[in-house]
Amino acid sequence: MAVSQLTRTLPTTVRIKWTGWVVPAILAGGCIFLVVGSIQSALFAQQTVSGLANGGIYASLAVALVLIYRATEVINFAQGALATFTTFVAWQLLQWGLPYWPTFVLTLLIAFAFGATVELVAIRPVERRGNVLTVVIASIGLLILVEGAVGWIWKPTVRFMPSPFPLHFWNVGGVAFSSQDIGTIGVSIASVVVLWAFFRFTKLGLAMRAAAVRPHAARLVGVRVSWLLSLGWGLAATLGAIAGLLVAPNPSVQLSPSMMDGILIYAFAAAVLGGLESSIGAVVAGLAIGVVLSLLGSYVSWVTPQLQLPAAFVLMLIVLLVKPSGLFGRTTVRKV
Amino acid sequence: MAPLLALRDVDARYGPIHALHGVTLTVGEGEIVALLGANGAGKTTTLRAISGTVRRTGMLEFAGRPLGRRGPESVARLGIAHVPEGRGTFSELTVWENLRLGAYVRRGSLKADTARVLQYFPWIEARRNQQAGTLSGGEQQMLALARAVMQRPKLLLLDEPSLGLAPLVVAEIFRIVQELVKREGATVLLVEQNARSSLAVSDRAYVLEVGRVAVEGSSDELAENEDIRRSYLGY
Repeated sequence: MAVSQLTRTLPTTVRIKWTGWVVPAILAGGCIFLVVGSIQSALFAQQTVSGLANGGIYASLAVALVLIYRATEVINFAQGALATFTTFVAWQLLQWGLPYWPTFVLTLLIAFAFGATVELVAIRPVERRGNVLTVVIASIGLLILVEGAVGWIWKPTVRFMPSPFPLHFWNVGGVAFSSQDIGTIGVSIASVVVLWAFFRFTKLGLAMRAAAVRPHAARLVGVRVSWLLSLGWGLAATLGAIAGLLVAPNPSVQLSPSMMDGILIYAFAAAVLGGLESSIGAVVAGLAIGVVLSLLGSYVSWVTPQLQLPAAFVLMLIVLLVKPSGLFGRTTVRKV
Repeated sequence: MAPLLALRDVDARYGPIHALHGVTLTVGEGEIVALLGANGAGKTTTLRAISGTVRRTGMLEFAGRPLGRRGPESVARLGIAHVPEGRGTFSELTVWENLRLGAYVRRGSLKADTARVLQYFPWIEARRNQQAGTLSGGEQQMLALARAVMQRPKLLLLDEPSLGLAPLVVAEIFRIVQELVKREGATVLLVEQNARSSLAVSDRAYVLEVGRVAVEGSSDELAENEDIRRSYLGY
């Protein structure tokens, strides 16, 4: 039985402190390494920042995955396709002449409504009858369907998506940081922080956490759990939309029906690495993957762009071999 | 006066298993009614039928309103607080968050409710930021009661509050339940294995046997009747 399943089914669980200082120590060491390296070398600093920018995108998509996983124990394979769809919607709105930031906000609203509707129409009926596996299959079906629909509506050609940030470079101590990178880091981190605050400090957020850990008990205090699941899908789709909007202007990605496929895999890696149940874990792991791949790409000659994906998997494999519950995952046992 | 809660010929099933065969019972306002019986007699299912966590047919009325088609969220909003088997503690959340969830359906300040709860459970104050899962069994049971009090319930459904707890803790919990009835005007339907102590605190009792009411009466009567005690209550 998987660790996560144990967490759900056992009435009382306790946390095993897996040598609680090792993960923080590694992370702190990594941070020091990055800071010192950045001070020493301009290239290193640039690569670190662009890695953080990519990592921010992986992180927001990974948090979206964690959000749905915690509520339903389902990995949402359609997460990337939903993001692609909403990015195309944004592109369409821009084509119709809407300015960028109103488009951005409108797209997030549309993404929210779309995510919530998808849960209502495609996931809930399946979930009511089947088990977790059925829902996973439904989400794979959704992936194919949405991606196909995007290709059908907008034709499977590559489009140009403008960046929200004007092309600009800041020069800090001889290192040029692009506004694109800084803006991407800022927006992705801000969206995750807003989401965290929502869960921590609002009544609705509390109800969503309660519904995720103990749906039956939540219903007994009057929480409408099924509506909160729709809400969760809506929020996840909104985060996905942010990731999509941030990544599409990237010249190495570009707006196409399959643009999120590769990114979703990095996001999976980040979510698993972070422990699947932990949003903080997903953020840290997402950023870490971004930075590590970026640095490997520029300092290790044989890690070509084509080898970045395998490199991400090797990284994930090593961590999971050492700590199967992920960096921030909890190992739980029955309390006797 | 019409009873607060009335069940007539209530049936419930879990898939193919027929758990309740026409249960009929009433609970009057301000009463503590005990629901006794052996394992599998349908005590828990009766509570579930009331709160809507199991599919049921038959007549269920609470304060003059039919419950039949309502789900648990909606029943909770009518003022029925169900403390389920296993206490329904949100063990990953903090003690305070658990209490907060009790008042989920209400808007506005919780100060008055919190103060009220702390009168009965003063120890909660100091432990409010502790993870609820790290509380002891007795504390978790009290937290579940406290959460139910936050719901400002007209009717409290308690499923085996004594389960797995030391006799002293059980006595304390029953004392608080009685006080809640006296001071908050609550009404209680109490499911128990522990017949002796629940007959001591309750006004009336029903004994269930294979999904039906086998015996009913005032708690004193039942406790004194040798035959009933031997054949149904096992003490």
